[in-house]
Amino acid sequence: MTTLTKHPPAATYKAPQQSSRVRGLSKLRDLRIALLFIFPAMIGLVVFSLVPTIRGIYLSFTEYNILGEPKWIGIDNYTAIFADELFWNAMAVTLQYVVINIVFQIVIAIGLALLMHNVAKSTIIRAALLLPFLVANVIVALLWFWMLDYQIGIVNEVISWLGLPRIAFFGSEQWAIPTIAGVNVWRHMGYTALLVFAGLQAIPHHVYEVASLDGASRTRTFWSITMPLLRPVLALVLVVTVIGSFQVFDTVAVTTGGGPVNATRVIQMYIYQKAFGESDFGYASALSVILFVILALVAFIQMKFLKGNESDLD
Amino acid sequence: MSTQSLTTRKPVDWHRIGAWALIVLALVVTIFPFLWMLRTALSSNHSLASNTANLLPADFSLGAFKRVFGLQTTEEAIADGGSGGAIDFWLYLRNSILFATVTTACQVFFSALAAYAFARLRWPGRNKVFAVFLATLMIPGIFTALPNFLMIKNLGLLNTFAGLTLPFLFMSAFAIFFLRQFFMSMSREVEEAAMLDGAKSLRIFFQIVLPNAVAPMTTLALLTFIGQWNEYFWPLLVGNDESIRVLTLGLSIFKSQSPQGAPDWTGLMAATLVAAVPILILFLAFGKKVVNSIGFSGIK
Repeated sequence: MTTLTKHPPAATYKAPQQSSRVRGLSKLRDLRIALLFIFPAMIGLVVFSLVPTIRGIYLSFTEYNILGEPKWIGIDNYTAIFADELFWNAMAVTLQYVVINIVFQIVIAIGLALLMHNVAKSTIIRAALLLPFLVANVIVALLWFWMLDYQIGIVNEVISWLGLPRIAFFGSEQWAIPTIAGVNVWRHMGYTALLVFAGLQAIPHHVYEVASLDGASRTRTFWSITMPLLRPVLALVLVVTVIGSFQVFDTVAVTTGGGPVNATRVIQMYIYQKAFGESDFGYASALSVILFVILALVAFIQMKFLKGNESDLD
Repeated sequence: MSTQSLTTRKPVDWHRIGAWALIVLALVVTIFPFLWMLRTALSSNHSLASNTANLLPADFSLGAFKRVFGLQTTEEAIADGGSGGAIDFWLYLRNSILFATVTTACQVFFSALAAYAFARLRWPGRNKVFAVFLATLMIPGIFTALPNFLMIKNLGLLNTFAGLTLPFLFMSAFAIFFLRQFFMSMSREVEEAAMLDGAKSLRIFFQIVLPNAVAPMTTLALLTFIGQWNEYFWPLLVGNDESIRVLTLGLSIFKSQSPQGAPDWTGLMAATLVAAVPILILFLAFGKKVVNSIGFSGIK
């Protein structure tokens, strides 16, 4: 019977320990299951994201023409890039594209979102405006390449009926980038408007009621209430569109291929040509490291400057 | 609101008229190019130049579609203003359907598994691993595309279906993020009841969690499918061979085939239409879902 007298205190003493052990066990059991669940995603992450990232950085310090082995050359690629006029041209062209694209896209999107929010509330209208976004860049590019054709494109036909001189949209150095940016604005405006629209819907109605009781005009309400409360959404939209625009490629590849001369050789086009046209993978990798750093900086500055992760609502 | 609309009734509400005018303008600018695409595809090349202004096809003809699907002889094609180059859109269509379907199915499924582990299972290091996944959203596509191309090349998988699909099969950080949000908001009760009954995690996932996640997974699959259908850069790097060439790539090659003279505009527009139609069908069927999901998912 000694065991019986011994048992209760032991049991009460052991109880919490055991339950924490059970929890620990279940956490370990969860770990086994979790490893099973994340295993495929882990392969994707490691093999197609992390390892290539490291390899890309490594290659940027080498000379590598795909046939032999990469040869370590230190920062030679980077010093060459900073002296490379085509690189600076590519940066300037890309920046021009980004600025035109962003300004028009965001302004039009805010306008459309306000219209969707206040006037045209039907889902069908929203869906129709989203349509271009769902169609491939390549298709959109070819469609506009035809509509903007110098000889018989409908847009130039209209321009000449109006008595104005025809425009070589894709064929002239001064028009090529604005044209490609315009095509992209056409494809993305409905989508960006929907993102802003979602932000507008998150602004509580009572804020507007107070403003209208105070006798604020529409313009005043827009600048003092809507825009500040929309800031987190706009910051996020801005980051995503800027990062996306820096990587413009499809439209350029299908329409101008970088020309005329160097007018539309955007940075991703330049990387592509270096890697696959000239088999200079080291140089191309260094270019893409620079692009990566620029994008990270842009995102960081934008989020910091616009305080995108804070809301004014609470 | 009602009194306001009564008082503003008498004078014409110019704001409202102006607003609707802008909406109509936006709709016209959005829709017209698609109509023009159809109009051109149904025209014949020789009449395009002389008949530029009519909304109806210039000299109605199905020749462009025949050319795109390889139903015209080379002589007929050249006579109709085509390049005469061999182009087989049936094959590209099949390749695009295969590529988009396989990558979407695998990516959504594997991402759902991972998302569940991040949302519901408790294991050490969970949040750190999730942060690493999220961080990959920041890496520009071109940056990993070059080393990935080299790896696919070294594995001897250039111009194979495996090489074309591999980088997309296992996960997308966006998909994991999207589904994790949903799993975290799901009620725990059913899962816990099943767990008390002694059901294993795998069974719970397949019999209880997945059936409840059909709606968000459909939305996600739709968005992924559209993205994959439109993918151009990766197929351009690894999928040039005709046997696995997808539509986007086929289109750009079709365009570059046109000789120095006048491009085969009607053929080109017929081809773009063929490439766009599956998306348009999906959109007619699920448009509302897509539109509303963009509000929900925030940013893709």
